[in-house]
Amino acid sequence: MSAILETEMLPGVSSPGVAAPSVSPTSLITLKINGVEKKLPLAPWTTLLDALREHMDLTGTKKGCDHGQCGACTVLVNGKRINSCLTLAVMQEGNEITTIEGLAKGEELHPLQEAFVEHDAFQCGYCTPGQICSAIGLMNEGKAQSRADIRELMSGNLCRCGAYSNIVDAIDQVMNERGKHA
Amino acid sequence: MNPFSYTRAYGLDTAVEEKVDGADFVAGGTNLIDLMKENVTHPQHLIDINHLPLQEIEETESGGIRMGALMRNADTAYHPLVEQRYPLLAQAILAGASPQLRNMATDGGNLMQRTRCYYFYDTATPCNKREPGSGCSAINGFNRIHAILGHSESCIATHPSDMCVALAALDATVHVKSKRGERSIPFLEFHRLPGDTPHLDNTLQADELITAIELPAKGFADHYTYVKIRDRQSYAFALVSVAAALELDGTTITDVRLALGGVAHKPWRDTQAETLLKGKQATRENFQQVAESILANAQGFGHNTFKIELAKRAIVRALLEATQNEHKS
Repeated sequence: MSAILETEMLPGVSSPGVAAPSVSPTSLITLKINGVEKKLPLAPWTTLLDALREHMDLTGTKKGCDHGQCGACTVLVNGKRINSCLTLAVMQEGNEITTIEGLAKGEELHPLQEAFVEHDAFQCGYCTPGQICSAIGLMNEGKAQSRADIRELMSGNLCRCGAYSNIVDAIDQVMNERGKHA
Repeated sequence: MNPFSYTRAYGLDTAVEEKVDGADFVAGGTNLIDLMKENVTHPQHLIDINHLPLQEIEETESGGIRMGALMRNADTAYHPLVEQRYPLLAQAILAGASPQLRNMATDGGNLMQRTRCYYFYDTATPCNKREPGSGCSAINGFNRIHAILGHSESCIATHPSDMCVALAALDATVHVKSKRGERSIPFLEFHRLPGDTPHLDNTLQADELITAIELPAKGFADHYTYVKIRDRQSYAFALVSVAAALELDGTTITDVRLALGGVAHKPWRDTQAETLLKGKQATRENFQQVAESILANAQGFGHNTFKIELAKRAIVRALLEATQNEHKS
């Protein structure tokens, strides 16, 4: 890992047109991911998504478009869903970050994970971690009262296999079980 | 992304003190970080303002509200004071972006959004907004999403925000701060038309920070609507949008606000056209007349010419819906 970090630092220091002395290379950043605090030497331009995938081996969170358009990188920050590709890791110091890896309790899957399996709510599975984290955020927000609401409030997560109807079924079932809507 | 340095500001004075040439404020980051990845913008220094005390909505003495610039778009839309008194604003915010982005993006940042013109994003093509003097690729290029009102030979980009269309209709005020002091900018003077300086989206000075957005007491909570027309039903920018707000005495219009999105370099509000409706009956014919008036000088560039008729129909539809809507709270 340290080799990767060193090569990442180099362009920053030597890049023309940039005031080299003012550009800090890596600094030690503390991130709390899935209940565990970790200190990592990261450059300020490392996104939360890249910090998770490239520096913490948490590859469950996926890089789709890397521009906030597909939702594959969705994680929860203090219980709220966000696109981890559009925030810097350093901006998330002090926050509670939850990724797909933090949902199951040991061997026991999160009810949404169970429901996604039960309803075949994926084909290739690439969008699934983002879909599930997004659905948890949706339930935390408590605004969805109908299937139409679920569709609207899940529009930030694309599924190119087109498993949408089954994704709505899975979320709808878990919400019904929890009595979150009539 | 190009390398940059980073600091976190905990006080307003420190934040504006650090805002020197080459530095940018970052809050939600949803637009700025994307533009940095695309190499459209490359600040040498980022000042993280997420910890500044600008995170609340307060009632003002004049009966309005003052929204801290760091309120997240979602928190603003779902705030009881906004839902009850400014439902037009809530509706417009929720018509934009995705839930994830609304959780991140701040109200101040929403005002600072850059255009989504394809050529602005494509660094291989000329763009006067990105690189002053290089030319406009959109005028003779693909311009389906571009402006039909207020454009110039230099730039036909549109402002992408939904929230700002409602803020224009509601006569918001933008409060800003710099080392030189504080000032307030009426919303209609915040964003600007491109003219021959399209690299300037707005009238905020380089050293200024948006601290709050204020709304006057009048919220038009009884008769309002935000109509957004786009290529897909959710999570797409507006081709045309209309924020309509009416005050009615029976069927007589006593006050009206009308602002358009997706048609110009700024949220488009034609206050002269609004006066055509005051004292008139809320009828389709009168709404049609005001729509014709607002679009009288519209000009398309081929792919986007359909927006002229679309905007007229959207205005009529929005005003009819606003007439019929009774706010449920």
